[in-house]
Amino acid sequence: MRADLDIIQEWIPAGSRVLDLGCGDGELLAWLCEHKQVSGYGLEIDPDNIARCVEKGVNVIEQNLDKGLSNFATHSFDVVVMTQALQAVHYPDRILREMLRVGKTCIITFPNFGHWRCRWYLASKGRMPVSDFLPYTWYNTPNIHFCTFEDFERLCLDQSATVLQRLAVDRDHRHGWASRIWPNLLGEIGIYRVSGSAAMDAQAAS
Amino acid sequence: MPTAFPPDSVGLVTPQVLHFAEPLALACGRSLADYQLIYETYGELNAARSNAVLICHALSGHHHAAGYHSPDDRKPGWWDSCIGPGKPIDTNKFFVVSLNNLGGCNGSTGPSSLNPATGKPFGADFPVMTVEDWVHSQARLADVLGIAQWAAVVGGSLGGMQAMQWTISYPERIRHCLAIASAPKLSAQNIAFNEVARQAILTDPEFHGGHFQEQGVIPKRGLMLARMVGHITYLSDDAMGEKFGRGLKSEKLNYDFHSVEFQVESYLRYQGEEFSGRFDANTYLLMTKALDYFDPAAANDGDLAKTLAKASADFCVISFTTDWRFSPLRSREIVDALSAARKNVCYLEIDAPQGHDAFLMPIPRYLQAFSSYMNRIAV
Repeated sequence: MRADLDIIQEWIPAGSRVLDLGCGDGELLAWLCEHKQVSGYGLEIDPDNIARCVEKGVNVIEQNLDKGLSNFATHSFDVVVMTQALQAVHYPDRILREMLRVGKTCIITFPNFGHWRCRWYLASKGRMPVSDFLPYTWYNTPNIHFCTFEDFERLCLDQSATVLQRLAVDRDHRHGWASRIWPNLLGEIGIYRVSGSAAMDAQAAS
Repeated sequence: MPTAFPPDSVGLVTPQVLHFAEPLALACGRSLADYQLIYETYGELNAARSNAVLICHALSGHHHAAGYHSPDDRKPGWWDSCIGPGKPIDTNKFFVVSLNNLGGCNGSTGPSSLNPATGKPFGADFPVMTVEDWVHSQARLADVLGIAQWAAVVGGSLGGMQAMQWTISYPERIRHCLAIASAPKLSAQNIAFNEVARQAILTDPEFHGGHFQEQGVIPKRGLMLARMVGHITYLSDDAMGEKFGRGLKSEKLNYDFHSVEFQVESYLRYQGEEFSGRFDANTYLLMTKALDYFDPAAANDGDLAKTLAKASADFCVISFTTDWRFSPLRSREIVDALSAARKNVCYLEIDAPQGHDAFLMPIPRYLQAFSSYMNRIAV
């Protein structure tokens, strides 16, 4: 399994109901269904990925995340997962708000633009960072909303969301001493578990 | 010669007829004392009787879904693109049953059949059928064929509604439901189009209150108009534009009202003409009513999720982007209800220019997904 998914699966309780936003080829859901009796759905828009999900027997729903999650009821899922898609959606703030409404907890992973390599690239070359891990140039990248760990945590704060768990890892998804000491500088990928506030839940319920 | 058929065709098929003597109670309060169903089968029923797939037809469909009735047939059955060896509904794996619904005009008992009580054709006296009635009659056919549970019930449009109704009426008798280009109920606009079609037939002087057969005539004009208006809703604006544009039959305009000038007019007239020669007007009225009445959620105050809660089947829902008769939004209503009811469901929105008719077309992504889903079904 993809290394980040292997970390995430540990955070998902057995038997829970999961909504996977941008579920790709359904790898995580297929694994969770088989090993942890998880039920739920994956949302995806890429036809090839959807085809792989159908082949695997994953419940895949063709749905564009940019159009929101209004078709899902408040707190209808135990866990809403979104891996490596936050930076590619049109409205990261809106999707986060929707995730917090639909899920009792949310797991989000995204690349950290505050990593020292990005900072060094920008500082030394004066150009938008391009790497093996994020190989696109600014004009053709699907990643249109980069943020740093610091930025993301501020967004959580703005939305009265609580960060329950946080893991900063390198591109191989190892969480060594470096990313522990100074995550926003030394961590390449953030894996967050967050939940909405009780106040917001009450608001959503009303 | 069998070699004349394509290798992925089920080949030569012969319809069969079953007679049912046990009365069938109908939603309208009446019952059919006696009736027959015509059907075709493709592939072999396995020893465990676990590989049977039921095909449900749409408004103007019938039992002849795949293969050929004679080596001289110009065209195969109406869903030959999806049924056959190696096709999405693979006849090497599945035993496929396709029938003409009650009230039809292709061999099952319907308005053009003789009413045993009077010795005359039923005509307008034939009871109005509902999707539920059809599903009950299909269950009786399954009983006779020794099929306790369908591996899948599959249908497009009105056929998809029957597939959905199966999961509600007989949840234990269906493992997979494939509802393609369908809707959980008709919109006001859908009903409006049906009403125009019905008025075209009902106001035709040759309709004779539905007893035209006794007069030795058919309401040809009405049926033709009904088909023309229906056909417009089956195609997308793009598909019509692509096919006909503003193309003219001859080089110049005639500045009159009786000439067929635009290609699209010629096409619609041809479709209407052809249809009026082979379809029964009373059946057309009945089919449009069955569509209008279909609303399984009505039993639960419009709560479709609650209605589908009793289903135990897995679902596959497919829509097409340019279908405006039953748009992707209508399919999403089904999917949302299914996810709220915590059912297994796959939903695909196929980018296709053909409009509602796309469900009959060999669109690569559609056929591939359809195949993948069917391959997954354990038999």
